[in-house]
Amino acid sequence: MTGASVLYDVPGPRTRLRNNVLTLAFAVVLLLAAYFVWTKFEEKGQWKGELWQPFLRADTWTELILPGLVNTLTAAALAAVLALLFGAVFGIARLSDHRWVRVPAAVVVEAFRAVPVLMLIFFAQYGGSLAGLVVTEFAAVVFGLTVYNGSVLAEIVRAGILAVPRGQAEAGSAIGLRKNQVMRLILLPQAVTAMMPAIVSQLVVLLKDTALGFVVAYADLLNAGARVVPANYANLIPSVIVIAAIYIVINLALGYLATWLERRSRRSRKVAADPAAAEMAGGEVPLVR
Amino acid sequence: MEAVVDELPVILGAFWLTVKLTVVSGVISLVWGIVLAAMRVSPLPVLRGAGTVYVNALRNTPLTLIIVFCGLGLGTVMNVQFSRDDLSLNSFWLSIIGLSAYTSAFVCEVVRSGINTVPLGQAEAARAIGLTFLQTLRLVILPQAVRTVIAPLGSLLNALVKNTTVAAAIGVMEAALRMKNLFDAHGDAIIPIFLGFAAGFVVLTLPMNLLAGRLARRLAVVR
Repeated sequence: MTGASVLYDVPGPRTRLRNNVLTLAFAVVLLLAAYFVWTKFEEKGQWKGELWQPFLRADTWTELILPGLVNTLTAAALAAVLALLFGAVFGIARLSDHRWVRVPAAVVVEAFRAVPVLMLIFFAQYGGSLAGLVVTEFAAVVFGLTVYNGSVLAEIVRAGILAVPRGQAEAGSAIGLRKNQVMRLILLPQAVTAMMPAIVSQLVVLLKDTALGFVVAYADLLNAGARVVPANYANLIPSVIVIAAIYIVINLALGYLATWLERRSRRSRKVAADPAAAEMAGGEVPLVR
Repeated sequence: MEAVVDELPVILGAFWLTVKLTVVSGVISLVWGIVLAAMRVSPLPVLRGAGTVYVNALRNTPLTLIIVFCGLGLGTVMNVQFSRDDLSLNSFWLSIIGLSAYTSAFVCEVVRSGINTVPLGQAEAARAIGLTFLQTLRLVILPQAVRTVIAPLGSLLNALVKNTTVAAAIGVMEAALRMKNLFDAHGDAIIPIFLGFAAGFVVLTLPMNLLAGRLARRLAVVR
């Protein structure tokens, strides 16, 4: 807690006493709130053993939950790769010297960033079948996640490239590299290193958004937890809680990866770009860790 | 194009619902987020711990899961009701619970990062003239902290406008679900309808972003 110690003095004897009393009071309040929730769930019989029992059996996991998890991770992995490609291409295109490349790229990125992912998924389904394609739920989810997160990543990449000191590109040109070589060999590697934390936290957003597949009945982890398992055991609340725990563990792990990368890049780089600036420029969710 | 013109009242109705969802859950999450931030910087370990657990759990759970939990778990299984006869009103408020619970975790982290930007001397001066912790926070720290985070709060609000579409998961007829219904009704006009709804979101978010940018500049604390 960096901010905390600034806001109050080291407590003296009276404050310590008061803090202890308040701690006790708030602990009681929190416990009462927890007890209230517990009894409400108890009234509806949500703590009954048979609702939780299925999670102790192997077949619930292997037959129902793990296939959902695999589908979630597959969609997330494919969408992440495609979104990174999309982001790199459009991020660089927005910095092009040619107007006819720069302007359309900017329009595409700004447009897809403004539209909710769920609408893109619906559009992929209906628009695809209009064009005579068979769009599976998987394809629709991957499409929506790719263009939305790709656009956000494009902004991150662009901010990262702009944050590389000018001298780098000038030095590259001075030793006779072509524009594409300067971008590929000098700017992009430095930008990606500096932006790594922002990129990883956007990938966490992408992973969380795979749950939107639930709305179009893609057989993902949320679908397993909120439709498949409750359909077998009539235990919606226990099952959603277990699924939430799985999501939290995966995302916390990715979050720690982002923090670790940030610390590492801060240590190793003399001129690290400010990830917060990129976050403002492109990220939907500010990285505050 | 005709489909969009014909269905204009329906489309505007859907966006009106989107606006209502945004405003109500935006206000709730701003207040609750600031309370959470205060908890997370308080001298009491119980409150700090409770705040940390809440924020980390909610921030790392997909919004769709939270809204499904509110709609099916609280609504259907636990029988939480806001209106006895109007089902759509019920799912409206249940999705507001979900949206606010999720967004407030992000508001908390933004406000807390704002608290970290307030110079040390401000809090020390406040303590030196004898203000208590709550007074320091309320009168000195938070006014400065919130001003410095107007821009990130604006982008959170922007994200919230788009996130309201997730309420479609429990059948709230906001813009995204309405768009899907219109797709079903007008199979020949999918592209105009999509463009119409996309334009609607641009119209909603663009002025908001400009306003947030201007406010951030005007209210910036000059140091």
